[in-house]
Amino acid sequence: MAKAEEAVRESLEQEDVGTLRHYYYQMLLLRRFEERTSEMYVKAKIGGYCHLNLGEEATIVGLMAALTPDDYIFTNYREHGYILARGVEPGPIMAELFGKETGVSGGRGGSMHLFDEKAHFMGGYAIVGGQVPLAVGAAYALKYQGRPGVAVAQMGDATTNIGAFYESLNLAKLWKLPVLFFIVNNGYGMGTSVENGSSEPDLYKKGGSFRIHGERVDGTDVLAVRDAVRRLRQKAEQEGEPAILDITSFRFRGHSVIDADRYRDADAVRRGREAFDPVRNFGASLHDHGIADDAFLRETAERVDREVQEAIDFANGSPDPKFEDMYTFMYATPVPNIPGAEDAIREVRINRGEV
Amino acid sequence: MPVITYRQALNNTLGEELARDPNVLLMGEEIGLFQGSYRITEGLLEEFGPRRVVDTPIAEEGFVGLAIGAAMLGLRPVVEIMTINFILVAIDQVVNHASKIHYMFGGQVRVPMVIRTPSGGTGQLGATHSQSFENWFAYCPGLKVVAPATPYDAKGLLRAAIRDDDPVIFIESLALYDTKGDVPEDDDYVVPIGVAEVKRQGTDVTVVSYSRMTAVAMQVAQRMEQEGISVEIVDLRSLRPLDRPTIIESVKKTNHAVVIAEDWYSYGITAEITATIQEEAFDYLDAPVQRVAGLEVPLPYAKDLSAATKPSANSLVYAIKKVLAGKK
Repeated sequence: MAKAEEAVRESLEQEDVGTLRHYYYQMLLLRRFEERTSEMYVKAKIGGYCHLNLGEEATIVGLMAALTPDDYIFTNYREHGYILARGVEPGPIMAELFGKETGVSGGRGGSMHLFDEKAHFMGGYAIVGGQVPLAVGAAYALKYQGRPGVAVAQMGDATTNIGAFYESLNLAKLWKLPVLFFIVNNGYGMGTSVENGSSEPDLYKKGGSFRIHGERVDGTDVLAVRDAVRRLRQKAEQEGEPAILDITSFRFRGHSVIDADRYRDADAVRRGREAFDPVRNFGASLHDHGIADDAFLRETAERVDREVQEAIDFANGSPDPKFEDMYTFMYATPVPNIPGAEDAIREVRINRGEV
Repeated sequence: MPVITYRQALNNTLGEELARDPNVLLMGEEIGLFQGSYRITEGLLEEFGPRRVVDTPIAEEGFVGLAIGAAMLGLRPVVEIMTINFILVAIDQVVNHASKIHYMFGGQVRVPMVIRTPSGGTGQLGATHSQSFENWFAYCPGLKVVAPATPYDAKGLLRAAIRDDDPVIFIESLALYDTKGDVPEDDDYVVPIGVAEVKRQGTDVTVVSYSRMTAVAMQVAQRMEQEGISVEIVDLRSLRPLDRPTIIESVKKTNHAVVIAEDWYSYGITAEITATIQEEAFDYLDAPVQRVAGLEVPLPYAKDLSAATKPSANSLVYAIKKVLAGKK
C-alpha cells in the first residue's frame, strides 16, 4: 500500500502545507475521538451498538476534503468520523452517543443515527443498504431542482451484496444522477470476509453490468482518496456520471466495540495495524518531509486531546431528553388524534412505576 | 355538484397538485406512457411531461428509497405502487426509513411523500395479488395511513396527503375506482388526516369500516332500514392516526358494534378497533362486538372460492343480526 518514496515526496511538494497539517489534525481528531468513545462505552456512558472508524481516518478525511458544502452525505452506522470530518462540532456528536438532548439528533438517534442538516450530513443508517437508495434520491432532487452538488452513498464492503445496492446502481445510471457509491472496503462484513461474501471480490467491478465506472483506491492514503473523489465527483456533478469507489483499508478492531474479533488471526491483525495505520504513517511522512516538526505533532496531539475531552465534558453536562418530549418529533405536520406531551407524561409515569 | 368516479377524483387531484406545486412529482411503474395500470394517472404525462410524471423500472425498493431521499431534499414525490402486494419488496424503505427519519434525527428533516396503492382483492387475482396489508403500515408510528371510501374523500384526503410533511400511505381499492359520488368543483377542500366520519346516522348498531367495506356497509344499511334496523356507519378514513373518540362516541350511542374490514381476521384492523371499543366503551355494550374479516387462507383462484373468502354484504348482515339478537 505504501507509495514509493519519490512519489510521496512529489505529491507532498505539490500540496499546501497548511492543508496537509489540517488533514493530519482531522485524522488525529477522529482517532482520539474513537479511542475515547470506546472508553466511554466501557464506562457505560454510551449504550446500544457502537462501531468505530479506527483505521479509516485517511478514507474519511480524504473523502470530506474532496466534497463541497453543496454535497450531501448518507452513511452507514459506522459514521462518527464522517460527521466529525464534515466539520460538525465534537461536543454534540459525543452528546448524541451519550443520548443527550444536545446531541446532533436530540438523543433520539444514537451512535448509528447521527445527523446534521446544516452540514448536509443526512444521516447514519443502520439497516445495511438502506442509505443507498436514499442517496440516489438526494442526487435525483439535486438534478430535478438544478442545484450544484453530488450525493455520496457511503457503505461497507458487504453492502455490495444486497439488492438495494443494485437497484440503486441501475437507477443512478439510468437517470444520470450525480451520486458516488463510496465503498469502505475493510475486508470484513462483521466476521465474513469479502471473499466469503462476494462472488466478485474486486468490488469496484460490481458496477460493470450497469455501465458504471469503478476504481480501487488505497484508503490509508488521504491524498489518494481525496484526489479520486475529487475527479469522480466532478464527473458526477457535471456529466451525471455516477461512479463506484472501492476504498481499501484495514479494520483495526472487531466489527463493533463489543466484538472480540476472534475470527481474525491475532498476529495478522497486529501486523496490519502496524503496517496500515494511516494516522501514524501520515504523521511520519509529514515529519520526514519537513512539513510537520515535533512541536506541531505534539501540539496537535494536545489539541485533539483537549477538544475530545471538552466534547466528553459537554456530553456529561448535557440534559437528558424530557419524558414529555417522547412524541415531540413523531410527526412534522400535526393532525388530530396523534399523541402529545400529556399522553407521554401519563404513559411514562406508569411505565416507570410512578403511579 | 358534479358526480364523478373515484378514479376521476384521484386523477383530477394529482393533476391539480402537479399544477399547484412544482416540487410535486409522480413516480411509479407504468404511470406515464402506459397511462397507469388502473388509469389513475391517465393523461398526466402528456400534460406535465416526463420530468413530473416519471416511469420507473420494476424496482420498488429502489424507487421508493429514491423518493424518500428526494423528499428529504424538499421534493414531494407521489409514488404509485401498482398493488399493495408489491410494496413488500420495499418495506424496509417504508418501515425502517420513511417512518423513522423525522423522529430518529431529532426533527431535523421531513419526508413529505405519498405512497398510493390499491389494497384488497377483486376478481380472481390469486394468492399474491389480492392481499390487504394496510394494517402493516397502520402499525408503524411515524407513518400516516388513510383509506378513503368515496370520491369526495379520495380527493380531499389525497390533497391533504400531498400537502402533509409526513410520509402518507394512501390506500385505494380496485373495486372502488369506478364508483361514483358528488365532488365539488372549484373548491380547494381537504379532508383532514386522522379524522373519521359518521357516514350515516343510526340508532341501533354502529358499523365501523373503511375503504370498500364502507361502500358495502352503506348498501347494507339501506337494506336493514327496510327491516326496521337503524345502522350508524363510522367510516374511519384514517387508520393512523386512528380517530378513537368518534368510534367510541357512536358505540356509546348505539350500544352495539360490528367491525368490518377486508384483511385477515387474526391481528387485523378489526382486532384493533374491537380492542379499542372494549377498552373505552365496555360498560355501554349490550352484546359482544362482532368482527367481520377475510378468511385466513392464501386467496384461491377459483371464482366462487375466491369470492367466498372476502367479507360481503351477507356477512355484514349476519353480524348485525347477531349483535342485535338479544335486543328488545
